[in-house]
Amino acid sequence: MFTRRTLMGAVASMALAGTTPGAFAQDGQLYIPLISKGFQHQFWQAVKTGADQAAEEMDVRVTFEGPDNETQVDKQMDMLSAALANQPDAIGFAALDSQAAIPLLRQAQDAGIPVVAFDSGVESDIPVSLASTDNVAAAGLAADKMAELLGGSGQVAVVAHDQTSRTGIDRRDGFVDQIEAEYPDIEIVAVEYGGGDHLRSTEITKALLTAYPDLDGIFGTNEGSAIGVVNGVRETGADDITIIGYDSGKAQTDAIREGIMAGAITQNPVGIGYETVKAAVAAARGEEVEENVDTGFFWYDQSNIDDPEISAVLYD
Amino acid sequence: MTATEMKTSETPRSGRRGAAQQMILAFASLIVLVIGFSLASPNFFQVSNIMAILQATSVNGVLAIGVTLIIITGGIDLSVGTLMTFCAVMTGVVLTWMGAPLLLGVITAIATGALAGLVSGSLVAKLKIPPFIATLGMMLIFRGLSLIVTGTRPIYFNDTPGFDLISRGSLVGSVFPAFPMPNGVLILFGIAAAAAWILNRTVLGRYTFALGSNEEAVRLSGVNADGWKIAIYALSGAIVGIAGLLIASRLNSAQPALGLGYELEAIAAVVIGGTSLAGGRGTILGTLIGALIMAVLTNGLRVLSVAPEWQTVVTGAIIIFAVYADQLRRRTTS
Repeated sequence: MFTRRTLMGAVASMALAGTTPGAFAQDGQLYIPLISKGFQHQFWQAVKTGADQAAEEMDVRVTFEGPDNETQVDKQMDMLSAALANQPDAIGFAALDSQAAIPLLRQAQDAGIPVVAFDSGVESDIPVSLASTDNVAAAGLAADKMAELLGGSGQVAVVAHDQTSRTGIDRRDGFVDQIEAEYPDIEIVAVEYGGGDHLRSTEITKALLTAYPDLDGIFGTNEGSAIGVVNGVRETGADDITIIGYDSGKAQTDAIREGIMAGAITQNPVGIGYETVKAAVAAARGEEVEENVDTGFFWYDQSNIDDPEISAVLYD
Repeated sequence: MTATEMKTSETPRSGRRGAAQQMILAFASLIVLVIGFSLASPNFFQVSNIMAILQATSVNGVLAIGVTLIIITGGIDLSVGTLMTFCAVMTGVVLTWMGAPLLLGVITAIATGALAGLVSGSLVAKLKIPPFIATLGMMLIFRGLSLIVTGTRPIYFNDTPGFDLISRGSLVGSVFPAFPMPNGVLILFGIAAAAAWILNRTVLGRYTFALGSNEEAVRLSGVNADGWKIAIYALSGAIVGIAGLLIASRLNSAQPALGLGYELEAIAAVVIGGTSLAGGRGTILGTLIGALIMAVLTNGLRVLSVAPEWQTVVTGAIIIFAVYADQLRRRTTS
């Protein structure tokens, strides 16, 4: 009895191990795994699209993987380990914690595997290149647009996604510094952190609207924060708030089309994926790569949301 | 007194036998998985990858051992993931913020865990709050406390030389350079051995099984059931504290937001290893194998470049299959 069932388990496990397509790289084709911060968010799916495009153009094999959420630092390290086990020609890596992965990156370096950082950097000189948005400049553009829409004076608040990651810090500082430097009549009354969570950002926004009845504008620093701001403003029924968002996603593009959100900054996630693979391929072939690849950003609002140049980098 | 002994020692023995069969099944599955992945990819069965799998097992394995103790009593602990984080955070407070020596950090982690287990155990035993609810509440409390204490920022251990070696270093590797097994794994095995000894050779272990199979009988025989239960929760908490130490060492930082969802992975490892969620039945070795299966599976699927969406589907299927196999066995033996 027992042996039969053991056998059953064995067969089932084998079947699982056997149903795995694409297990082997074709000979001679470069293999480049990308370890991202996530894979479920539309943003990361757009990065993956760009990476796949580049993979097809350059005839290399690319895999794309990331943990379920952005707190799982240890899971990301396990992914990096598994990627290294496959002896790749180069690795793309978007670090969740810029320090924690350094031992593994050193392992990659020792094995002669070039690492290309994407989206956010690592506190180390191991990565040969960093493909990312210039978040400070992008948030600065958001500040300029906010000032333009408010006519140069008023009260604004920032709903940021976090205060530890590079992107969180850069977007907050890029916006705040630009306002303080260029627009003396605009006052930043509050900077709050909602973790990029829709619900928490909604609650924060409602609290801000209660605390500052004269508030004129709010900047949400990522997709989740911006959607939270829109929800919060909607729920309180305030209609004179200028909202500026970041990234895209259906909820945000809808809010812009409706007019409840004035506009948003979009990164170029497709470009991030594309440039990462391009730099990784170059590094794997021993060619020179640029230390920083700016993957670009755009301002979009009702007037240009359907322009081909913009709609190509927006995702639903 | 002798009647009590008879009753309590009888249940564990049959319980252990049942769990042992499931454990052998789990072990066979583990071997099959390893062979299957090795055949499917030449990169799977490499020393560095095996070390990576063991490293990935260490934290979940220690957590799962802690949960196993609770589950054998017929309880459940949903707070282990965030408690682990909280212990890591408190270690960070003591080592990095207060500049205490390494040993004090280790003691802090274990003591924080034990104290937390004492609280959870008291909620369950004294206030009669169902374990599911009590530990759900504790899970949220620890998560919140970790964020409050750290101000949501990670605490790094850069000022404590040697801290990262607790998990990342390799004593074994310094003796046998060909087998650089990380210390974290050594600690996992040590804790497994200690927990198995406690379960099978001590009075505490005997009551752990007894509480899970028939708490009323334990109570009626005049044993201080509440006291023993609290002791088990405290022991489990101390083990979780060690998991906190391991993850902090591995990341060289205490990440305050981490931890949610880790309790479910630990429970999955326990269940795969043949410990019954109904209580009264289970083995530490089974749990260890369960944790290894989870790690081999995730690593193997990754090495084969299976899409991450499918990896989670497969893991879910394995858990259901493991419990189904257990049900089948129980139906045929009863």
